[in-house]
Amino acid sequence: MIPELGHFALILALCAAIVQAIFPLVGAQRGIASWINVTRPAAQLQFLMLAISYACLTHAFIVHDFSVLYVANTSNSQLPLLYRISGVWGAHEGSLLLWALILALWTAAVCWFSRGVPKAMVARVIGVMGLISIGFLLFILLTSNPFERLFPVPPDGRDLNPLLQDPGLAIHPPMLYLGYVGFSVAFAFAIAALLSGKLDSAWARWMRPWTNIAWMFLTIGIALGSWWAYYELGWGGWWFWDPVENASFMPWIVGTALIHSLAATEKRGAFKSWTVLLAVLAFSLSLLGTFLVRSGVLTSVHAFATDPARGVFILGFLVVVIGGSLVLYALRGPKIISTGGYGWVSREAGLLFNNVLLVVVCATILLGTLYPLALDALGMGKISVGPPYFNSVFVPLTVPLALMVGVGALARWKKDNLIGILRRLGWAAGLSLLGAFTLPYAMGEFDWSAALGIGLGLWVALGTAQGFIERLRHRKNKLAALGQLPGAFWGMSVAHLGIAMFAVGVALTSVYSVEKDLRMAPNEQYEIDEYRFTFEGVKQVMGPNYRASRGFVRVDNLDGAPVTELHSEKRIYLVQSNAMTEAGIDAGFTRDLYVALGEPLGGGSWSLRLYHKPFVRWIWYGSALMALGGLIAASDRRYRQFARRAARERGDHAAVTA
Amino acid sequence: MGRFLLPLAGFALLAVLLGIGLTLDPREVPSPLIDKPAPDFTLPQLHDAEQTIGTADMRGEVWLLNVWASWCVACRQEHPYLVELGKRDLLPMVGLNYKDKRNDALGWLRNFENPYNVSASDLDGRVGIDWGVYGVPETFIIDKRGTIRMKHIGPLTPKVIEQELLPLVEQLQGEAA
Repeated sequence: MIPELGHFALILALCAAIVQAIFPLVGAQRGIASWINVTRPAAQLQFLMLAISYACLTHAFIVHDFSVLYVANTSNSQLPLLYRISGVWGAHEGSLLLWALILALWTAAVCWFSRGVPKAMVARVIGVMGLISIGFLLFILLTSNPFERLFPVPPDGRDLNPLLQDPGLAIHPPMLYLGYVGFSVAFAFAIAALLSGKLDSAWARWMRPWTNIAWMFLTIGIALGSWWAYYELGWGGWWFWDPVENASFMPWIVGTALIHSLAATEKRGAFKSWTVLLAVLAFSLSLLGTFLVRSGVLTSVHAFATDPARGVFILGFLVVVIGGSLVLYALRGPKIISTGGYGWVSREAGLLFNNVLLVVVCATILLGTLYPLALDALGMGKISVGPPYFNSVFVPLTVPLALMVGVGALARWKKDNLIGILRRLGWAAGLSLLGAFTLPYAMGEFDWSAALGIGLGLWVALGTAQGFIERLRHRKNKLAALGQLPGAFWGMSVAHLGIAMFAVGVALTSVYSVEKDLRMAPNEQYEIDEYRFTFEGVKQVMGPNYRASRGFVRVDNLDGAPVTELHSEKRIYLVQSNAMTEAGIDAGFTRDLYVALGEPLGGGSWSLRLYHKPFVRWIWYGSALMALGGLIAASDRRYRQFARRAARERGDHAAVTA
Repeated sequence: MGRFLLPLAGFALLAVLLGIGLTLDPREVPSPLIDKPAPDFTLPQLHDAEQTIGTADMRGEVWLLNVWASWCVACRQEHPYLVELGKRDLLPMVGLNYKDKRNDALGWLRNFENPYNVSASDLDGRVGIDWGVYGVPETFIIDKRGTIRMKHIGPLTPKVIEQELLPLVEQLQGEAA
């Protein structure tokens, strides 16, 4: 009964989405106030219905209702409660329902937090989001109904993919979707602006916090995925340039460009049509990511649920949404007039340079991701493009990008002079070079990549510090002044520091990591750098739904002082008889020690993988700082003050402007 | 307006590409072994470890080699079709029991019926490596001269059996040894 209720609520949500799309859009275009007033109730109704529907599916998981096909396929009576809740998005149907729910949540959030925005604009934004929602709800109802029943009812379910039975991965998809779907708000604002022709700095200001928050979630989602891959896949890597990883990385890059371009649009009225295009692209790439993951067009380690029949639907949807918005862009784009000229040395020029680089980076990743598909489509054989391509194109492009981060934020709007900027940053350049050529020696031996990473990291960090220095120079009470700096500045600075940390982490980890594949008998020892690893043998243990061989490895310093005790497990999940590795990790600020248990080799010996990974954690600390920066920037007082003032000025009887 | 059309043109190209991509199967990886001599092996039989079975024993016949294991979930999916195919007695079917435990494998065949004329027991998976197996199940068709003529990765489906496998077998059985 409850699953049918969920199904019914889903259908009602579709009806609400149709109302939410048609009335506000037509109402805003024709200036019919009563139609515009439908916006908020329709959006809230859609959210309510999807929440009910989602709750019904979760209920089916919690009570082990194996008469629901989806539950029978992705759950099991032995599955712990946490993974029954996260199992809802453990496969295709449920993750789409989560996608739709999150879209409705973003829509409702726009309703709640945009009191200061003209009603007609809100109506258009919500209407566009309604159109997207219609597509996704149709997709779910027509091809991927999560509430389908199964008869006869199986005695037990086929269990959740063991890869997904992990706390990190349990929250990875929701974060990622919050980011993907969050870009729909920026997208909807862009389409609304194209429809109304109203593209001013107020428009950019409304859009900025939404874009920042979506970008923050996407950052968290990607970082979680990378962290998970690091400790769960058992080979110690943190990024594989897998097509699905790329699919999440591309919207992130374009989203980053969008955030920066929005700044110029808001402050200076520059790059207007470019900003609109980026907003369309960021969300289009999110949809493309969904297509690549869900259609089976590309193979990857992530191909959990693929079905070409569904691919046809998504492709059609992509053509309508992306194609439609690009047609609109081609028609209306030429009418957008950017104001505010700027010189070659100015904040605008810096942002433009940053944007061009980011888009080029995104294009190279898109090319590498789709190249195998293109060759295959042309009948030229199967190839795969791997890390060698991506690393060799990605790294050279990020170097000028990082160099610009330090400079760009210090340049003045409109016009600045290059000599002046360089003079202000002379000390930072000197220190960065000094650090680049000395600090690698502290890691053991000098290496050019490490020097580059450290130098760029220092440059970005010191450039950010210079920003603080300049803002506080003429203030008496520096500490109080620090608190008064705008959230936007704080957010930018924190995020840039995150980039610095990230760059250092990536460089040092890739240069100085030591990894050894070993055959070890019990009590055998092996030394890596300043650590001595002792294999203490393997015990058999039982988990709730798996049995495991747990290997014990003691780590001491070379002088015998104990450092840590690591456990790595080789788990066999009983239902699907899948083998999984749980790495044993001793996490530290400046280094990780990492052990992965391999195969038994007879006589108590096992194959073991031992790693010493310096500064690997800085990759995720850096990502966390970037996400935090996005949050701080979005919470800038300015956005709220402006919203309140606008609401006061217009009163509650806002005139409808078409 | 020209430059405002560029994104649309780019997307149109991409959409065509993705559309073609949908018609392709990324799992259809060409095997370098197609039209090459089947790698030689001699392995103990699963039901009777004293006896062996190998490529040489099958010379002169069109035969099927199916790589399977009791731990393989997808094998259970294709199993009924193999059983049905076996009952039609069209060609000898050899199972290659891959990285399995003898007792588990025998129990599995008892439970789900044995479609194979004989199964070879590849406990450490070495023969699997020679044959380029990188996922279970996989199915090969070998002709009378001992050349691999078809390889199917993943579970067999009735469609594959009727439309690809059997027509090929019929054709190969008509060829001279």
